[in-house]
Amino acid sequence: MEFAELIKTPRVDGVVLHRPFMPTVEGTLCLTGHHLILSSRQDNTEELWLLHANIDSIEKRFVGSLGTIIVKCKDLRVIQLDIPGMEECLNIASSIEALSTLDSVSLMYPFFYRPLFEVIEDGWQLFVPEEAFKDLESMTDEWRLSEVNKDFSVCPSYPSLLTVPKDIDDESLCKAASFRHGGRFPVLSYYHKKNGMVMMRAAQPLTGTNGRRCKEDEKLINATLCAGKRGYIIDTRTIAVAQQAKARGGGFEQEANYPQWRRIHKAIERSNVLQEGLIKLVEACNDQSHSMDRWLSKLEASNWQSNVKEILTTACLAAQCIDREGASVLVHGTEGTDSTLQVTSLAQIILDPACRTIRGFEALIEREWLQAGHPFQQRCAQSAYSNGKPRSEAPVFLLFLDCVWQILRQFPCSFQFNENFLIMLFEHAYASQFGTFLGNSVAERLKLLLSQKTVSLWSWVNRPQELERFLNPLYEPNNLVIWPSVAPQSLLLWEGVFLRWNRSTKCLDEAYQEMVHIIEYNKELQNKVNSLRRQLAQLETEDGPLQTP
Amino acid sequence: MEHIRTPKVEQVKLLDRFSNKSVTGTLHLTATHLIFVESNSTSAQEIWILHHHIASVEKLSLKTNGCPLLIQCRNFRLVHFVIPRERDCHDIYSSLLRLLRPVSYDELYAFSYNPKQNDQQREEGWQLIDLAAEFERMGVPCDQWQLTDVNREYKVCKTYPRDLYVPIMASKPIIVGSSKFRSKGRFPVLTYFYQEKKAAVCRCSQPLSGFSARCLEDEHMLQAISKANHNSRYIYVMDTRPKLNALANRAAGKGYENEDNYSNIRFQFVGIENIHVMRGSLQKLLEVVGTRSLSMTDYLVGLENSGWLRHIKAIMDAAIFLAKAVTVEGASVLVHCSDGWDRTAQVCALGSLLMDPYYRTIKGFMVLIEKDWISFGHKFADRCDQLDPDPKEVSPIFTQFLECVWQLTEQFPQAFEFSEWFLIQIHEHVHSCQFGNFLGNSQRQREDLQLKERTYSLWAHLLSEKQNYLNPVYSPSFAESHPVLEPSTQAYHFKFWRNMYHQYDRSMHPRQSILKHVLTLKDSNRELEGTVQALKTVSSPQEFVQCEYISTKGSSATENGYGELMGSFGSKNEPGAVTLEFGVARMTC
Repeated sequence: MEFAELIKTPRVDGVVLHRPFMPTVEGTLCLTGHHLILSSRQDNTEELWLLHANIDSIEKRFVGSLGTIIVKCKDLRVIQLDIPGMEECLNIASSIEALSTLDSVSLMYPFFYRPLFEVIEDGWQLFVPEEAFKDLESMTDEWRLSEVNKDFSVCPSYPSLLTVPKDIDDESLCKAASFRHGGRFPVLSYYHKKNGMVMMRAAQPLTGTNGRRCKEDEKLINATLCAGKRGYIIDTRTIAVAQQAKARGGGFEQEANYPQWRRIHKAIERSNVLQEGLIKLVEACNDQSHSMDRWLSKLEASNWQSNVKEILTTACLAAQCIDREGASVLVHGTEGTDSTLQVTSLAQIILDPACRTIRGFEALIEREWLQAGHPFQQRCAQSAYSNGKPRSEAPVFLLFLDCVWQILRQFPCSFQFNENFLIMLFEHAYASQFGTFLGNSVAERLKLLLSQKTVSLWSWVNRPQELERFLNPLYEPNNLVIWPSVAPQSLLLWEGVFLRWNRSTKCLDEAYQEMVHIIEYNKELQNKVNSLRRQLAQLETEDGPLQTP
Repeated sequence: MEHIRTPKVEQVKLLDRFSNKSVTGTLHLTATHLIFVESNSTSAQEIWILHHHIASVEKLSLKTNGCPLLIQCRNFRLVHFVIPRERDCHDIYSSLLRLLRPVSYDELYAFSYNPKQNDQQREEGWQLIDLAAEFERMGVPCDQWQLTDVNREYKVCKTYPRDLYVPIMASKPIIVGSSKFRSKGRFPVLTYFYQEKKAAVCRCSQPLSGFSARCLEDEHMLQAISKANHNSRYIYVMDTRPKLNALANRAAGKGYENEDNYSNIRFQFVGIENIHVMRGSLQKLLEVVGTRSLSMTDYLVGLENSGWLRHIKAIMDAAIFLAKAVTVEGASVLVHCSDGWDRTAQVCALGSLLMDPYYRTIKGFMVLIEKDWISFGHKFADRCDQLDPDPKEVSPIFTQFLECVWQLTEQFPQAFEFSEWFLIQIHEHVHSCQFGNFLGNSQRQREDLQLKERTYSLWAHLLSEKQNYLNPVYSPSFAESHPVLEPSTQAYHFKFWRNMYHQYDRSMHPRQSILKHVLTLKDSNRELEGTVQALKTVSSPQEFVQCEYISTKGSSATENGYGELMGSFGSKNEPGAVTLEFGVARMTC
């Protein structure tokens, strides 16, 4: 298919662009296969380059022959284009609609994007499971890397290499897989060096209504317990939801069959509910006419902050079991691809200082989200402005980032990255020139040949020039476990994302710059003092001790 | 002290408000403080509670482990002791009941507080703030405004200060006539002069207009204010009350200005609720945020139902209206409410702060409080429940003002010389009765009490610890680019002030404070600059002190109580590595 077929009008002159808190720009609107471009053809004037994939929905309005298109983006921005001429406007609108809803992945921009920078460190090769396993091997010999899933037949959403207890053979793994939703048998998620406790994740067991059991599954998770120790199973669903799942063949671990495990149910919402929450929240944030009461009641009704609190609480609970109780933990929900990953990845941020560095956080996202099979393409197909009936869209990853931001707010000196890094990840998960977040699983990504045909986000982010924007000037490595407060008073609305386009941040940005300046000046002074002292010491050794007055 | 029956109780448990944690220690009762000293020698924390800070003491019914004593403080501290023996508990309880209800001003802490300063230092402290100099700074007296001696002896208005500024054209008979037509004699006087446009902010109380009464002198007075400003043909009269309240006042012979009787006024209701509504609102707010294991839904619904942020926004909206009228239209504005000492003080002070960068400095903010709150007779004694309590008079009017300023610091982080710690510390001392500034209800009363001779000034104390209250990212040049602050009043900009209302609930705060961190860095920069200079002169290789900043790392999981696990396998306590973030709020004794 040629993009040209979809572009009914490639160019319109005299288009006026309105953006909040920015002056209007008049210029020429151009449509290409992947971008909407507005150029004023003047130097120094900011222009608009918008990826079609970033467009969530559009609205058309007409006043006489002047058409207006409201473009609502997945990064929550809303812009307005005034287009002279009804026909042009209609053409542009339908072209944008077609181009922003392409079905085929291989037509996405990452397959056409050619980087203008030299790829020095290929992001696709940066986080391979073998490397992670080497780290693990240096700490413990209780685990092995299994190739049981090398052709993705045991579990289509798992990667080909999985870390499992050493004593469990591949045959048992296959049997355990057949007892877990989507074949997602329990695998290692995190090893806590401090006390050797582990966190595993899986999907729900398929006990069904007649209480099916699977000896291999029991053996598999019991293999992770020390003699005489008990472990915790954290089911991210309420007991009621878990009960209902039985009717559809799912279920939860029966105490009788897992006597060494204590099950705790939490109440993280399912993904479709989360999507509704996002839509409501963004609607509340965008309505400027709200009175105080209305704003608070709409914020409450979106349940967004409640979701943040529940997810963080569950992650803290998992971390507490491991670090404080010295127990191993198994986390699962229904499919094990959404709330499970939120919990396991956040728990690691709390427990493991390495995850709070830029590289460590990238590795965490690779390990716990991309390779663990979070269906990014389905979840991020639409954002808060989608009109259509939601299919599998859900802001699961955005909620995870929000939770990370909350911890970052509470421990502003413990992260190597800043808020911009999290916002950038949110943007790229929804629309990107890079291939990293395409596809729903490792298997799909391999099939799409992403590592050959597209550029990895990490290849770009990790360049020193880019990295600079994402570094936290306050960072001081901190080897402790960081326990965030989950009291509602301690959790804030993530303004950097949800009010990003609704407020002027000039004053806040300048204050941030001033803070950066103070920190850099301090480093500069320290260096100066050190070098002066060195000089002085040199003088002393050359001339003998100086006289003290 | 005759009221203290049991000065010391051992083995007292202090329960954490939001978790199941508790520590054991010794409780001491002194003439001025209730002190808890933790027994654990490694992390022995001390809690000092000034009797004046205690709003209520409650003895709960006896439990197996002792007798619970619940103490609620005006600085939003809430402590829960369990005292092993009921008798001791009762002794402490009844002593406190007596101690926290002083019967005369002489019993207030300010009269016994002695910071080891001599009389000269004390005097200098009181001379720090000079309101005559402040009016001079604004450009008053000038060709249109003059100082009047009409209230020199507090004969026209008991609750106003002696020195008042009025339009040149307002003769004494006009002033006296107008004062008789205004509630409590609080006639229109100048409080802020916007030199650039020659526009004035004046304040007064409601007119005694009833349904039809009028007063020529009062009409002349308003005209004189109007005529004093050549830039505008009209003045605004802002009645800061909701219209309904003003209407109801008419039945009592009070009310609001009839536009037909006054030439060229633009009358405006603003709709800030009265002291009773505000008191109830704060109570509701504190109830909500004091709930254990509060859910997000209950928190947000509670925040909404309390109406607290709605009231804060209403005050802010009024101040913005005032600032716009003065700075954009160049019109003079007369602000009043009922008696002109609560809402009027809020709106005038906040409006001036928006218009004048001076009030955003540490010294300027003190001047502003001294002027619009202390000298113009905000009834601190009644509102803050200092003496002879009438619960119906207590109201968090001044707290709201401080909060509005905090909301502004959130939007304009570089505009203020001070940080929120300064605001919190002022709040602390408004209730502490440790310094003379806020005692009593009016200037006249303060003179009668001879406060300047017998007590110390808070401002001198705060200036001596100025370093603690500085905003590290403050930019003096911000005032040049933003002489007038134009805050957004979108609802989402108004946030719950956690650091005020939970200042003593450590588990709720960020474990690492950017403010503290950057402040330390700034101090370190200053020292390093000195070291660089010293090293450059190469006089002597002096001992170089490397500056280290303390950032609080780590925290305890049990403190936060994520639920479920408590006591399952026997939860272990770990010593919290948290140092007190809001140490500034601790009393200096």
